[in-house]
Amino acid sequence: MSDHDKIYSTKFQDKIERNTLLMFVLTAIAVAVGGIVEIVPLFYLPNTGMNGGDGTFNGTSHKDLQGNAIPMDKIVWNPTTSAHKTLADWQPGDGVRPYTALETAGRHVYIREGCFLCHSQMIRPFRDEKDRYGHYSIAEESMYDHTYQWGSKRTGPDIARLGGKYSDEWHRKHLKYPRDVVPESVMPNFFFLDKAMVDKTKTIKTLEVMTKMPFNPVPKTIYTDAYIAGAAAELEGKTEMDAVIAYLQSLGNHVKFEEGVNYRD
Amino acid sequence: MEATQATPVKYDMDIVRWFTIAAVIYGVVGTLIGVYVAFELAFPFLNFDIPQITFGRLRPLHTNAVIFAFGGCVLMATGFYIVQRTGATKLWSNTMAWFTFWGWNLIIVLAVITLPLGLSEGKEYAELPWWVDIMIAVVWLSYGLNYIMTIGIRKTSHIYVSNWFTMGMIVMITYLHVVNSLAIPVDWATSYSIYSGVQDAMIQWWWGHNAVGFYLTGGFLGIMYYFIPKQSGRPVFSYRLSVLHFWTLTFGYVWLGAHHLQYTALPDWTGSLGAAVSLAMIIPSWGGAMNGMMTLSGAWDKLRTDYILRFLVTAMAFYAMSTFDGPVMAIKSVNALSHYTDWTVGHVHAGALGWMSMISFGALYHMVKKLWNTEMYSDRLVNIHFWVALIGAVTYVVAMWVSGIMQGLMWRDYDEFGTLTYTFVESVSAMHPYYVMRAVGGAIFNLGAWIMLFNVVMTIRQASAVRGVNAVAAKA
Repeated sequence: MSDHDKIYSTKFQDKIERNTLLMFVLTAIAVAVGGIVEIVPLFYLPNTGMNGGDGTFNGTSHKDLQGNAIPMDKIVWNPTTSAHKTLADWQPGDGVRPYTALETAGRHVYIREGCFLCHSQMIRPFRDEKDRYGHYSIAEESMYDHTYQWGSKRTGPDIARLGGKYSDEWHRKHLKYPRDVVPESVMPNFFFLDKAMVDKTKTIKTLEVMTKMPFNPVPKTIYTDAYIAGAAAELEGKTEMDAVIAYLQSLGNHVKFEEGVNYRD
Repeated sequence: MEATQATPVKYDMDIVRWFTIAAVIYGVVGTLIGVYVAFELAFPFLNFDIPQITFGRLRPLHTNAVIFAFGGCVLMATGFYIVQRTGATKLWSNTMAWFTFWGWNLIIVLAVITLPLGLSEGKEYAELPWWVDIMIAVVWLSYGLNYIMTIGIRKTSHIYVSNWFTMGMIVMITYLHVVNSLAIPVDWATSYSIYSGVQDAMIQWWWGHNAVGFYLTGGFLGIMYYFIPKQSGRPVFSYRLSVLHFWTLTFGYVWLGAHHLQYTALPDWTGSLGAAVSLAMIIPSWGGAMNGMMTLSGAWDKLRTDYILRFLVTAMAFYAMSTFDGPVMAIKSVNALSHYTDWTVGHVHAGALGWMSMISFGALYHMVKKLWNTEMYSDRLVNIHFWVALIGAVTYVVAMWVSGIMQGLMWRDYDEFGTLTYTFVESVSAMHPYYVMRAVGGAIFNLGAWIMLFNVVMTIRQASAVRGVNAVAAKA
């Protein structure tokens, strides 16, 4: 230390600098505060897509145009109140649902190939994003996404509302050799997905794991024992390409958004 | 800084030597993979239809290699060096330090195997499989325990400022790694985070930004506070500023992660809070940068002849620049444009190439001379490395700034009919020249790392040869 700086800033600082344990403890406290303040409330505040595990929510403050609260089962699919009782019956607009077995297998491939490094799944509430991609994303839409896939970079376009925009055949061609369909694309060729069969054991275990999550598990009323038992048949003869396409086609059409309603209040 | 003691302490420097050599090698490897993935984005045929080397699998290998292999070995080499010398003591446990060394390198080898195979947890900078995560926790704690215990057995009265920063890093990275990596395994290869959606996103960026804030900044500020005074032969400019720098950074940096999630499905207050604290962080960051730079007051002329000092001081300039760039990007209206674009990539690399790598190169050269008790094989090559690295870094960063802002503007542009002017793919093809420029900039930077490797190898060989001759002479 230089001579002009011999005076210590405070006696307390001097004490900290002489005591390893004191410095360790104070540092450990100082670095903990910000994270606690920003993270913990997201586990209990409304509109954070947090499910109690038994279908109970922290509440919603989404209001319709008359100012009435929109019931949560209009946003998140609840098989007990919905007209459609099983994953197979579920229709777009019924509300957010977990992935089917085939989509789960596809999601695994999506993560494995690092797709999230170039494609986001989070549309922001801007005019250009609405025009380009569709309605902005809301918290509930990714509540079953264990290991969220919002991404941080759009080397390719956002795909949060990709489901139903293109045909399966277009996806197959595009995934195999992207430049056959979009000449300017810089996406790698994923032709090899067409040759690999989905991993049935892994996928079924994934479904089971999803029901055991401490936060936002998939309710057993959706992944019923019967559904998990039937998953093997659903996956029979499917390639990884089929699975990825199923996953992509499932994105973004779960919630029926009402015109004029603010879902970000 | 160091206590002057009557009998010189015998330090445990072999461990530092090994970490130093590893760092120099990983510097070459990590940036080389980066160059390759950069070329893949410019010329996609380079994916060669081989799944293991596609962009999606190699990019995590690049980030893991530069952050954990290169950055980690630099931090451990400099950390074990500084903590011994500023405390005038040997390591608390030399054996545990070797456990850290072999453990860390085993993790790096496992990353090289698992990431190209597609084992990914799907979280940026935390892709490694769950069982490697457990190994990371164990090895990291062995480093942390050893470090803090060595501070505990120091012979000097005060803990030196570098060690405050490193201690902050050790504690915070432990929190981050443990909380962010909590997952339920499906099998040996795959696991899924126990959090989902909003909560997972916030925890991920709490991890992501603080890996930058505490590991790539805090830890490297520890390097700055030791090696700039040492290399320039001047005391730290202001002790008080360093106290301010440390406590504000330690308390404040933690809050910044939320600025990665502005305008997403998170409640708005989170992003706004992140933005506000991000802006406030200009003060400690610039205070710290000034503290490093002004340490040279009275010794600026040394920059003309001391090439190692050039690295260290240029690093401070990039640190100041990046810590201005960052808060600007955290302003919500700017972030609306910059988020999802290459601007972020440019910002990260201004920090990684300009600040973190430059301060590392300076510190590594300084240590090589001390550890092998020799001059560099070629000072001229050090100077060439400096200019090559600087040109490479600036080329890279400028390319990404331009492409990022251009992307952001193209995406939101409307024509006179009120429809979007550009399709997405038009923005992709507009990026091509900048992707080429970025890859070339990266390649230039990588060339510098090779020059360093050559110079360090030759220096060590030369030093060993001299020592051999001396040993023979001594026997005779």
